[in-house]
Amino acid sequence: MVSVGAAVKEPGSTRKNKTGSWRTFKPILDKEKCIECENCIMFCPEGCINKDYDIDYDYCKGCGICEEECPVKAIKMERE
Amino acid sequence: MEISDKEFFAPGHRACAGCGATIGVRLALKVLGENTVAISATGCLEVISTPYPETAWEIPWMHVAFENAAAVASGVEAALKSQGKTDTTVVVFGGDGGTADIGLQALSGAMERGHNLIYICYDNEAYMNTGIQRSGATPYGASTTTSPHGKESFGEDKPKKNMPMIMAAHGVPYVATASISYPEDFMKKVKKAAEVEGPAYIHLQQPCTTGWGYNPAKTIELGRLAVETGSWILYEIEEGEFKVTYRPIQRRAVNEYLNAQKRFKHLTDLEKERIQSHVDAICIELKI
Repeated sequence: MVSVGAAVKEPGSTRKNKTGSWRTFKPILDKEKCIECENCIMFCPEGCINKDYDIDYDYCKGCGICEEECPVKAIKMERE
Repeated sequence: MEISDKEFFAPGHRACAGCGATIGVRLALKVLGENTVAISATGCLEVISTPYPETAWEIPWMHVAFENAAAVASGVEAALKSQGKTDTTVVVFGGDGGTADIGLQALSGAMERGHNLIYICYDNEAYMNTGIQRSGATPYGASTTTSPHGKESFGEDKPKKNMPMIMAAHGVPYVATASISYPEDFMKKVKKAAEVEGPAYIHLQQPCTTGWGYNPAKTIELGRLAVETGSWILYEIEEGEFKVTYRPIQRRAVNEYLNAQKRFKHLTDLEKERIQSHVDAICIELKI
């Protein structure tokens, strides 16, 4: 049979590509101030903030949505 | 609402920093869960999520062409049905170009045939992937590379195609509009769409930092401004019953939304007033 198209057999394999290198500004989350509202988790385009509010800097592109949407200013963007 | 901690859309994808489409996909998949097959039309989402030989998807996913996402989904749904796998959800993610223009006939056919699937149009209001060309879903006044502003051209001179109402005219059991900036509202609608027997259509507005021209950190804020100014209305049509699902407490001036974006920068006060009165007319009718 002639093979048509392409198949990728490894789900989630874009993880090999560390987009953290795109970043200019790095979000720093202050867990003392954090009220665990989940805004940053919900709105992260990379999905790289986990339920313990740890940011995965391997993938964070530094868009700054988390800082913008944090209601208690627990996240600050700092230049790399 | 019970939502999964698990992510079904992996990081490392090539979306712009501050991308709204990926937020929409993440939230939708959190509701739909593991037992889901996703189909994409050609577009930003397809390109950024599957740079061969990698994929960001943690669930089965298929892309064929620009125009036939709904037809592919129809086939997948029919195949699953014949295998007795009726508990598997079939979801399509098509951009506004792949939905309102190029994929419209395939989508119309799928809706007419009554396949049990969810079609989510992630609407960034132009062909962003190929360089911001206008689509049928580009709003009046917006400057794009094929509706530029300048001496000879005003920007987009036609109104935004009313896709959700075209879908509602098919008489499908569930149609809704949503915004990534109102995740609870959006996720409730995805859940309803999954539970309904037959086709469901959700039109999801998602700001685009590249095409709309704003700071990537403002993606959620822009989506919120669209809704709070009445420029984008959140509603659902369940078995023909129309209901507005979110009403801003105090509707803000459309100018706040327009002035925050580069694509509307060229508009004169008179043109902005025209847009405001158009928004007013719709909002008054819907009591917003």
